[in-house]
Amino acid sequence: MDKFTGKVWVLGDDIDTDIIIPTEYLALKTVQDMAPYAFSPLRPELAGQIRDGDMIVAGKNFGCGSSREQAPEIIKALGVRCVIAKSFARIFFRNAINNGLLLIENDKLRDAVSEGDEITVVLNHFIEHQGAQYPITPLPQNLVEILNAGGLVQAMKKRNNSKGI
Amino acid sequence: MGMTIAEKIIAAAAGVETVKPGDIHTVELDRLMSNDGTTHLTIDMYHKLKNPRIADVNKLVWIMDHNVPCDSVKTAASHKKMRDFAREHKITFYEGAGVCHQVMLEKHVTSGELIFGADSHTCAYGAVGAFGTGVGCTDYLYAMVTGHSWLLVPETLRFNLKGKLGDGVYARDLILSIIGQIGANGANYMAMEFGGEGLKTLNMSDRIAVCNLCVEAGAKTALMEVDEITLAYLKEHGREPKHVFQSDPDASYARVYEIDLSAIRPIVAKPHFVDSVVDAKECVGTHIDEAFLGSCNNGRIEDLRVGAELIKGRKVHPLVRFLVVPASAEVYRQALAEGIIDTFMEAGAIVMNPNCSVCWGSCQGVIGEGEVLISTGTRNFKGRAGHKDSFVYLASAATVTASAIKGEIATAADIAG
Amino acid sequence: MGATIIEKIVRNNTGKEVHPGEIVTVNVDRVMIHDIFIPFVASKFEEMGFTKIWDADRAVLIYDHLVPASQVDDTRHFRIGNEFAEKYGMKNVHRADGICHQLMTEAGYVKPGDIVFGTDSHTTTYGCVGAFSSGIGYTEMASILGTGTLWIRVPETIKVEITGTLPENVMAKDIILKLIGDLGADGATYKALEFTGDTVENMTVASRMSMANMAIEAGAKCALFAPDEKTAQYCGITLTEKERDLTGDADAQYCRVIQYRAEDFVPVMACPSNVDNVKPVSELAGKEIDQVFIGSCTNGRLEDLMAAADILKDRHVAPFVKLIVTPASRKIYREAAANGTLEILARAGAIITHPSCGLCCGRTGGILTDGEVVVATNNRNFLGRMGTSKVEIYLASPKSAAACAVEGRIIVPKVK
Repeated sequence: MDKFTGKVWVLGDDIDTDIIIPTEYLALKTVQDMAPYAFSPLRPELAGQIRDGDMIVAGKNFGCGSSREQAPEIIKALGVRCVIAKSFARIFFRNAINNGLLLIENDKLRDAVSEGDEITVVLNHFIEHQGAQYPITPLPQNLVEILNAGGLVQAMKKRNNSKGI
Repeated sequence: MGMTIAEKIIAAAAGVETVKPGDIHTVELDRLMSNDGTTHLTIDMYHKLKNPRIADVNKLVWIMDHNVPCDSVKTAASHKKMRDFAREHKITFYEGAGVCHQVMLEKHVTSGELIFGADSHTCAYGAVGAFGTGVGCTDYLYAMVTGHSWLLVPETLRFNLKGKLGDGVYARDLILSIIGQIGANGANYMAMEFGGEGLKTLNMSDRIAVCNLCVEAGAKTALMEVDEITLAYLKEHGREPKHVFQSDPDASYARVYEIDLSAIRPIVAKPHFVDSVVDAKECVGTHIDEAFLGSCNNGRIEDLRVGAELIKGRKVHPLVRFLVVPASAEVYRQALAEGIIDTFMEAGAIVMNPNCSVCWGSCQGVIGEGEVLISTGTRNFKGRAGHKDSFVYLASAATVTASAIKGEIATAADIAG
Repeated sequence: MGATIIEKIVRNNTGKEVHPGEIVTVNVDRVMIHDIFIPFVASKFEEMGFTKIWDADRAVLIYDHLVPASQVDDTRHFRIGNEFAEKYGMKNVHRADGICHQLMTEAGYVKPGDIVFGTDSHTTTYGCVGAFSSGIGYTEMASILGTGTLWIRVPETIKVEITGTLPENVMAKDIILKLIGDLGADGATYKALEFTGDTVENMTVASRMSMANMAIEAGAKCALFAPDEKTAQYCGITLTEKERDLTGDADAQYCRVIQYRAEDFVPVMACPSNVDNVKPVSELAGKEIDQVFIGSCTNGRLEDLMAAADILKDRHVAPFVKLIVTPASRKIYREAAANGTLEILARAGAIITHPSCGLCCGRTGGILTDGEVVVATNNRNFLGRMGTSKVEIYLASPKSAAACAVEGRIIVPKVK
């Protein structure tokens, strides 16, 4: 059973893509160049504080707004292990899966945790926080396949290799 | 001993009978122009003064033109500083009206005035016989709080114009040729004075283009003899001359040049110096990524007409970004009325709102690494139009438009037929 | 059992009955890629191992966010785009013609019943002509370019029925803002919106476009208007039997039905810093403003510019207030020049820029700083969207925006 434990950063509702990465920085050449500016309109210091394996716990409608795929890519580049939110905006949801960033929908955890708390995620089963367990709804099979391949690029690569093109 | 136009203006502003080159005089200034390139710095210095005050707010004209509309967070802060200060002190203020020098000439400057502008191309005002000169923030601030400044009386270079520019040759070719001839420092600290029969063949737009670029030869100011064309322009814009000065027959010049307008040819200034001029033909075929028709030098209705006539019925090369930027809102509205804006839009040009655009390289229209721009702007210094490793060629409206159509440097003759 | 518009479009595309919640693979009719993301699409496409675009004529590349370039590295996007188009034989490239969503419909790339994906979230716009269109990321775009297909989850549909006549100072923008306010920013997540009723039937395609454009701000996957004669005329086509049938059946299943009386609408604004923070303009009246922006794929069309001009005619923008007008496309710019609209706006003191995304995408076109207030006709007012995070952005209709520009403060528009 896959599980991992980490520290959480807590954010509110409607964390939009302009907060995750302002347009100003979108023409920087790489996602690594953009990562230091993540969340800067809201919490300019946050990008520098996030460590490998940390998790983000947020309110509803996380990732709403633009189709900019740098948003999940940057979150992944910061070392975030997964984002747990009450709900996700749909483009962000697709983009995250396509980049192999794990998203978990849970509408209770956000109101129970405080920033800096440790939580444990037991994949496809539950999240544990201070003794309480929060269930995880499993993802549809087609998405699991993309995640397992390590994202859509890898999945397509595999497909194209097998077709010999 | 006679005086030149520059000497007469300074004498009048200093309240003395005569001046001579090398003298330093305290002069009363008529106008003080500042734009968003540096005004925020002036304001910062102003606030550091003890009990600062503005000597005469009626002399101040502040114009936003370099980054309009605002294109970065940093500029937004300096814009707000400038706007708030102008509002608080009731300073004459423009935003969106166009490039500062064009706006000044349309709305404020008159002959015989002495004007400081916190921008090097302030020498453009010589077109109406005003002594305009570019200054830094400190000089500007001193003039702003005292109403006067000190000035070293410059020597004058005299340019006697004769004949008439040929077809397809423009004032811009003339001044680039002159700069090529005398060099980028050929008029350092000096005034460049233009007169002679040939001047009568140059309209006001031509004259502005010539005076505007004199700083590229190092000139402190440029001055043209006031004639009926000047007076008609001032009248049309609802202004009276302050003084009409002509050079005395026995005025003393550092040097006199005889310029035959009919001998001028289409010129291109190659990267990275304005005096690096060659016959436009030598550059034909050079790949370009962007073309720019605009600026205080060449963004007037006359220039847009030249471009529009060439491009009508033709298209901008698909891989070229052709920026057309009227020098002022007045020019824009005139071009709109004449259908010129539509001609450019139909051809695929990018018609920007009146502003400095890529001429100063830190706003919309910048070029990237390795890219080449052909421009009617004022300067082609390394990095001037954007990336430090990019290239700017300066040419006339005709050559720039022809190049935009061809996708490589071309003269009007190259696209005819 | 009856079907909603989205169910019919997906059924026609896949050749089988579909139901909300099902995951199906659709054949894509058209894709749109814009300048900001083309470098990423290009690199992912090649990384995936594709060597040709499934059907290059179905792909459209549009430069709009970065036109004209405001930072020295911006033109890199044009270079990469040009190289990619050349290498893979893409002929549909617009380098300075206006905003992607405007061009997609205006230039005839989208027809009723089409399935279209774009690398921009406001791709929902094409629902104005009865197409299923939605925004995706660049990785998925790369995969569509290679395969011509995409998986989707068939969405449930929320029906929005509007009947009656709108007050004169109310525009389609006020309707969609009110709806987003009522639904909330995630109120339609994963769902389709379907607009019906005589108010909608009487609307221009341009007004429908403003509404479909903003559906994403309620989280919607798409927003659909049944194609009609206006649609046919706009698209320059005669509707086929199949296209005529793209209406919600009487017995279709909707997860929610919302009804409005047109007469009840008032001018509204979305207040900082969420699109669903919607209030009547009358409650906000008096607030001092620094800038007004009229433009974007939401409200940069001819009818929007004309509505603004109607209010600005023979008047002038308030001192120290900037009015920035950015027409949505080259065609609109030319039409507005030809019918005198631009002259009215210019005379009133407007700064008229080249057609592009302009201020809406926050890279140029009137960036603001701490403490400044802007009334804007675009689609987002997120924190930091137009400058620093201390800029207050109020989203409004072109009529409201123009009235505010004259007044220098927020005011309810009065129509002359």
